Amino acid sequence: MAQDVAILGIGMHPWGKWGRNFVEYGVKAANDALDDAGLEWNDVQFVSGGDTIRNGYPGYVAGATFAQALGWSGAKVASSYGACASGAQAINTARAMILSGIVDVAMVVGADAAPKGFFAPTGGERKEDPDWLRFRLLGATNPIYFGLWARRRMELYGATQSDFAKVKVKNARHGLNNPNARYRKEVTEEDILASPVVSDPLHLLEICATSDGGAAIVMSSMDFAAKHTTDPVRIKAVSTVTPRYPNDVIEMPNFATDSAAAVAAPELGFKDSIAAGAYEEAGLGPEDMSMAEVYDLSTALELDWYENLGLCKAGEAERMINDGDTTIGGRVPVNPSGGLGCFGEAVPAQAIAQVCELTWQLRGQAEGRQVEGARAGITINQGLFGHGSSVIVTS
Amino acid sequence: MSTTKTKVPAIEGWFVADGEMAQLLGSRCKSCKSYFFPKEDYFCRNPHCKGDDFEEVALSRTGTLWSFTNSCYPPPKPYIAPDPFVPYIVAAVELGEEKMVVLGQVAPGFELGDLKAGMEMELVLDTLFEDDDNEYITWKWRPVAAGA
Repeated sequence: MAQDVAILGIGMHPWGKWGRNFVEYGVKAANDALDDAGLEWNDVQFVSGGDTIRNGYPGYVAGATFAQALGWSGAKVASSYGACASGAQAINTARAMILSGIVDVAMVVGADAAPKGFFAPTGGERKEDPDWLRFRLLGATNPIYFGLWARRRMELYGATQSDFAKVKVKNARHGLNNPNARYRKEVTEEDILASPVVSDPLHLLEICATSDGGAAIVMSSMDFAAKHTTDPVRIKAVSTVTPRYPNDVIEMPNFATDSAAAVAAPELGFKDSIAAGAYEEAGLGPEDMSMAEVYDLSTALELDWYENLGLCKAGEAERMINDGDTTIGGRVPVNPSGGLGCFGEAVPAQAIAQVCELTWQLRGQAEGRQVEGARAGITINQGLFGHGSSVIVTS
Repeated sequence: MSTTKTKVPAIEGWFVADGEMAQLLGSRCKSCKSYFFPKEDYFCRNPHCKGDDFEEVALSRTGTLWSFTNSCYPPPKPYIAPDPFVPYIVAAVELGEEKMVVLGQVAPGFELGDLKAGMEMELVLDTLFEDDDNEYITWKWRPVAAGA
């Protein structure tokens, strides 16, 4: 089990398509997090940036970019990139700095300004890069992989498009009153099924958009927190595991899975192992979770996460969504924030935003979407090429 | 489609063409016998193996359908989409001997309704895109019964 660190402050810049520089979103989120913590920028000893690859060099060195924008203060710095897991990597780096005793107070920031439409690979002729080649040789966009996983649920468990659509209906309802959500509009199952198919069986309204947004967390040692606040939300675990060989599920951006011919596939698949790593570190289990924030890149993918998180057994996720188990008021609400369905993805900010949401929930400050009596929550996500991302927080 | 164009592999060394029949070229670690596609030829990715000697192997040209989907919208570059755009299906096919799942587009002429997980698929060669001089060829999957 790992030692706890405290969450002293959180802040977000609302998600949207604002057309501004990503640095502005990060600075707004960071300043809100400092206000929330009751601290000054000069109190921060370490800045941990989540990188964006879509905004040129300042995005590759996001830690320093945000530090410069907030005013050089001599704070230590690191910048992390792990695709969709960048935020969790940045949180983990800050936690390591705190738990090793090098710093007491750290700021984690991630922000993105994203292009419209499909994410495309980096330009040029890059025939050694699987991410470039999957587009060139297969036309395998991200929704192609989402479609493969969704169809697999239908073939394996008899899931239906109606089951998938219900995830979006739920998340749209959850996000209605979230001031940071980009899409705040109820949708019906009929609306979803009537929207154009992008990658069968998934419709346009079931695939997450790309957004601008920023999120920040001020973290500290428990000793520092004890002097500044009472009863802060705690980070109990951060799981950044990689897969175990052979990874036998097809993953972006690969052409093939690992081969299980010489070595049997591990008992826990990659996505199961991300959650297992977090539970083990926290000394908690799925039964202890009051809620979860999961990466609903597609509606069907949210159902996969229920099973990976151990909220139900394999093949039972459709029953959970249909029974309302994962709706606010149900047994274990999933994506009370509205999820990516209401936010769209701002890559390096998203995993940080997941933790912000759980923190508001645990403090009882999630107005209009509060999970009553929330005591513990888990986030989960996965970054391209095999970056695990899961954080457990408790009150 | 012009018949005078030269057929060129869309990528070198990933598959062999013998008439219409296609086989993917992978590699196999000489120490632990793990298969890799695309080829691994530098260091074995099995964490229990320190092998660095590989042989090129032609992979099974049939397998069972694991899952499938399609693209109803043109993907971004570097995909070279025909104008007007033609939607395409992508299949994930599990190879029995190699115990791995390999992606490929589905050969033209098939619809989603023709596919069902577990059905037997085979590899064929087909045009991926063309320019003024060449047809660029790649591997695609199709249901076995269709080719019989």
